[in-house]
Amino acid sequence: MDALPAHMRPERSFQGLILTLQRYWADYGCVILQPYDMEVGAGTFHPATTLRALGPKRWNAAYVQPSRRPKDGRYGENPNRLQHYYQFQVILKPSPPDIQQLYLKSLAAIGVDAAVHDIRFVEDDWESPTLGAWGLGWECWCDGMEVSQFTYFQQVAGVECAPVSGELTYGLERLAMYVQGVDRVYDLNFNGRDGDEKVTYGDVFLQAEQEYSRHNFEHSDTAMLFEQFRMAEEACRKYLAAGWREGSNRKEHLMALPAYDQCIKASHAFNLLDARGVISVTERQSYILRVRELAKACGEAWVHTEAGRAV
Amino acid sequence: MPELLLELFSEEIPARMQAKAADDLHRMVTDKLVAEGLVYEGAKAFATPRRLALTVHGIPARQPDLKEERRGPRVGGPEPAIQGFLKATGLSSISEAKIQSDKKGDFYIALIEKPGRPAIDVLADILPVIVRTFPWPKSMRWGERSAKPGSLSWVRPLHAITATFGLETEDPDVVKFAIDGIETGQTTYGHRFMAPAAISVRRFEDYDAKLLNAKVVLDAERRKDAILTDAKQLAFAQGFELVEDQNLLDEVAGLVEWPVVLMGSFDADFLSIPGEVIRATIRNNQKCFVVRDPKTGKLASKFILTANIEASDGGKAIVAGNERVIRARLSDAKFFYETDLKTRLEDRLPKFDSIIFHEKLGTQGERIKRIERLAAEIAPLVGADVEKTKRAARLAKADLLTEVVGEFPEVQGLMGKYYALAQREDAAVAAACEEHYKPQGPADRVPTDPVSVAVALADKMDTLVGFWAIDEKPTGSKDPFALRRAALGVIRLIAENALRLSILKLAKSAMSGLPKVAADGAKLPTDLLAFFADRLKVQLRDQGARHDLVDAVFALEGQDDLLMVVRRVEALGKFLDSDDGKNLLAGTKRASNILSIEEKKDKRTFDGAPNASLYRLDEEKALAKAIDQVKSEAGAAVAREDFAAAMSAMAKLRPPVDAFFDKVRVNDDDPKVRENRLRLLNEIRAATRAVADFSKIQD
Repeated sequence: MDALPAHMRPERSFQGLILTLQRYWADYGCVILQPYDMEVGAGTFHPATTLRALGPKRWNAAYVQPSRRPKDGRYGENPNRLQHYYQFQVILKPSPPDIQQLYLKSLAAIGVDAAVHDIRFVEDDWESPTLGAWGLGWECWCDGMEVSQFTYFQQVAGVECAPVSGELTYGLERLAMYVQGVDRVYDLNFNGRDGDEKVTYGDVFLQAEQEYSRHNFEHSDTAMLFEQFRMAEEACRKYLAAGWREGSNRKEHLMALPAYDQCIKASHAFNLLDARGVISVTERQSYILRVRELAKACGEAWVHTEAGRAV
Repeated sequence: MPELLLELFSEEIPARMQAKAADDLHRMVTDKLVAEGLVYEGAKAFATPRRLALTVHGIPARQPDLKEERRGPRVGGPEPAIQGFLKATGLSSISEAKIQSDKKGDFYIALIEKPGRPAIDVLADILPVIVRTFPWPKSMRWGERSAKPGSLSWVRPLHAITATFGLETEDPDVVKFAIDGIETGQTTYGHRFMAPAAISVRRFEDYDAKLLNAKVVLDAERRKDAILTDAKQLAFAQGFELVEDQNLLDEVAGLVEWPVVLMGSFDADFLSIPGEVIRATIRNNQKCFVVRDPKTGKLASKFILTANIEASDGGKAIVAGNERVIRARLSDAKFFYETDLKTRLEDRLPKFDSIIFHEKLGTQGERIKRIERLAAEIAPLVGADVEKTKRAARLAKADLLTEVVGEFPEVQGLMGKYYALAQREDAAVAAACEEHYKPQGPADRVPTDPVSVAVALADKMDTLVGFWAIDEKPTGSKDPFALRRAALGVIRLIAENALRLSILKLAKSAMSGLPKVAADGAKLPTDLLAFFADRLKVQLRDQGARHDLVDAVFALEGQDDLLMVVRRVEALGKFLDSDDGKNLLAGTKRASNILSIEEKKDKRTFDGAPNASLYRLDEEKALAKAIDQVKSEAGAAVAREDFAAAMSAMAKLRPPVDAFFDKVRVNDDDPKVRENRLRLLNEIRAATRAVADFSKIQD
C-alpha cells in the first residue's frame, strides 16, 4: 500500500481506519457500497447482506453501516455504549477457503501486528430471531477485546444458504479505540488532525447520543410507533402480494426490495418501542415473530427475483 | 505392528466441544476397527483449537481370513433351491460343495473362505464414514461446495486430513481417501501465528514432536498443567494465591495451542465491588483467573490471562490490552453495583406485576405473593419467625431486577443477600435471599436457618405444584423447568433438617393460590406425592441404598411425611440386612404367595380373625400368639416413631413363622382348618404391614 499521510493512518484517525478497510476489501475485489439509507440495528440488515446472501450467485461486498440500537443509549455517559455506532460489514459468497487469512491480513492493514497481539477466534454462534437467520463462527478477540464477528451464514430469512456466505463485522469504534489506545469512545480522533484541526468522535456524536437517548427512553411517540409498526407490516405484505408476476403462479417476484424496506421499518419501530419498555415480555416474543415472518416472506420473494434465483 | 495417525485440521473448534470430540473420535475409530476384526493394542486421542488427532498402535496389517461353512439344500433337492445356493455362496457348480449327512439326510455344504483385507484398505473405507457422521453438537457447511446438497458438515471448515498407516521401521503409507475435495496426505500446519508453515509428518512420534517444535502442545492435559503451574507461580511470586477454577482452566486450554501465562492488574478501587462479581466479570467475559491474598482470602487487584503467543515484546501489549478491557468491564460492573444500591429491594417489586412468570401461571408478582403466603404457613412448622419469613419471601426474588444479576445471572441470590444487608435487613432475611435457591443439586449445601428453609420450601413447592397444575410434568429426559431438582431439594430440606411436614397438605395449600388448575386437580397432590417417591428412590439409589424399600413404605396408607418415610426406609434397610430380617421377609413372602394362589383358587380373600378353637397344632397356636404380641409391640413402637424398635419386635416373628412352615400343612383336608390357617397367614402379612408392605420388597 502507498505510504499514507499521518492524518490518514488508522492508528490516528477514525476515518483513516474506515478508509483503510474499504481500500483493503476493494483490493480483494469487493463491491464497496455505501450505507443503506434506512435505520437498521446491524449491518446484516442491509439488503446487500440479508438478501444477497440468498441464492447461488457470487457476491462480494463491503460497506460501512450506521447501526441503531435504541436500548444501548447511555446519554453519552458510558465510555463505550452507544445507541448509534458504525459497523464495517464484509460479505463474501461463497465463503473463500482462505477467509480467516483474509481477515487477519485486514487487521494487519489497520496496524494490528499478530506478532505482538493475541488474536483469537472464540466460539460465538450467531442467531438473529428477527431475521430468521443463524450461522456458526466466532467473535474475534484482540488482547481480550472483541473486535469483530465472524459468521458462516447457514440460514437467512428462513432460507438455507447455498452456497454459504462468510460475513465479517468489524465494530469500528471498538477497533479504533484499540488501535488509537483510547478508553473513551468520545475521545477518538475522528479526522486524524492535531490541535485546532482535530475533530473527535465526541465532537461529532456526543450531542446526538444525548438527544437520542432522551428520545429513545423518554419521549418517542409510542402511539405513532405502534401505528408505524402496523402500517409497515401491512405494507410489506401488500407489496409482497402485489409483486408476484402473473399473480398466483409464484414463479417470479418483482418487488422483493421495496417489501423488505418495510420489514426493516417494522423492525426499527419495534426496537424503539422495546427501548421505551412498553412491550411486555410475552408481547416481545410475538413482535419478534411478526418481523421474522416478514423477513421470511421477503427471503422467499427474493429467491424468485433476477438477483436471487438460480442462473 | 503398524500404527495409524489421523489428524483432522480445521478452523477453530469451540473449546467446550474439544474433549468430547477427542473421545468420540477415539471411540468411533477403535469400535469400527474391532468390528472389522482388527484388534489393536492401544489408542489415544487429542484435541487443540485447530485439530483433532488420533493415534492407534498395534493394528494387525491385515484382517484375519474368515472361513465359513454354509449349509445348503438337501442332496437331490429342487433345482431352483440349488441354483439359489450357488448364487448365494459364489460356487460355480454344485460339485464344489461338500456333502454332509445327519439324521435328517444328506445336505450340501459350501465352504466359503473370505480372505482378510489389508488393514489400510479397511481404514480407507471406515474413516470417511466416521468423518461424515461425526456427532458434533452443531455443525456447518461452507465454501463453494455448500451450494450443492450433501456437502460435508463439520464443526467449522475442515482444511486438511493427515492419515498415515505403517510400521515404525518403515515410511508409512497414506491411507488414501477424499472427502468433499479434501484428500488425505501427511501435511499439517503449526501454530497459526508462530509457525504457520506446512509440516510433513510420518507417524505419531514425529508428529507430536514436530508440532511441539511448531509451537503446538497437542495434549490438552499438558496445556492445562502448564497453565496451572505457571499461573500458580506467577501469583505466588507476587505473594498471592491463584483462585483455582477447573471449568475455566478446561475452557482456556481449549482456546490456545501454545499457552503463555501473563499477569495484569486493575485499579484497587474496583475491590469495593463484591468479589463474586469481580470474578464473574473477569472470568465470564475475559476468561481470566483472579488471585487472592492468602492471608485475608480477599481478592487482589490482579488477574491472570492465558495468551496464545510468545509476543515479540514479551507480552506488554497483550497485558495492556487485557487490562484496558478489564478496566472497562469492571467500570460497568461497578456502575451496575452502585446503581443497584440506590434502589431498595422492595421498591423493585411493582415491576414484577408486569413480568410474566409463565403464561398459565401468572406474573412474577403473583408468584411472589403465593410464595410469601405459603412460606408464612410453613414458618411455624419449621421453627421460623413468621414476620421475618414473610419479609424474606417478599424480597428474595427482587435481585432478579438488578443490573448486576441482569449481567451475570449466576450471582442471583447472592446479590440479593448483599443488597439486603446493605439496606440493613435482618441477617436471616438477607441469608434467605441467597439460600432459598438451595440446594441446587445433590452436591449443593442444604440451608439450615429456619427462615431460609421456609422460603426455600415454599419456592420449590409453588414451582412443583404450579407446573403440575398446568400439566407441564417432566417426561423422559425432558425437564425444562427443573422440577426433578426442585423435588429433590424439598426432600433434602426435609430429611437433612429433620422436618415434620405433610406433603399432601403443603401441595393442597400451594394449589389454592394458583390461577389455573388442570381438570383433574383433585388428583394433583397424590400424583405429586408419587413423583416425590420416585425422586426419593433415585436419591437412595444414587447413595447406594436400597430403593425398592421406598415402594414398600409408600405402599402403606397415608405416607406423606417424607421424614418418616426416610426413617422407615432406613430402619427397614438395616433390618433386612440381618438374618432375622432376611428370614422373616422370606417367610412373609411365602405366606403371601400361598395366600395369593389360594385366593385365586377360591376367588375370595381370607381376611378376618382366625378362630382359636380351630388350631390343631402347637405351631399354629405359637404363631398366633407371636402375631398378637408383635402387632401390639410393633404398633406401639411405630406410634412413637421408633422404627428400629418396631423392627426388633418384628424379628420375634421369625422363629414361629419358620416353625409354622416347617410343621404345618396349610391346605388341610378339613376345609375349616384350611381356611383358618390361611387367615393366620393373612395375619402375618397384616402384622408386617405395621412397618412396610413386604410384598413390594425385591429379593
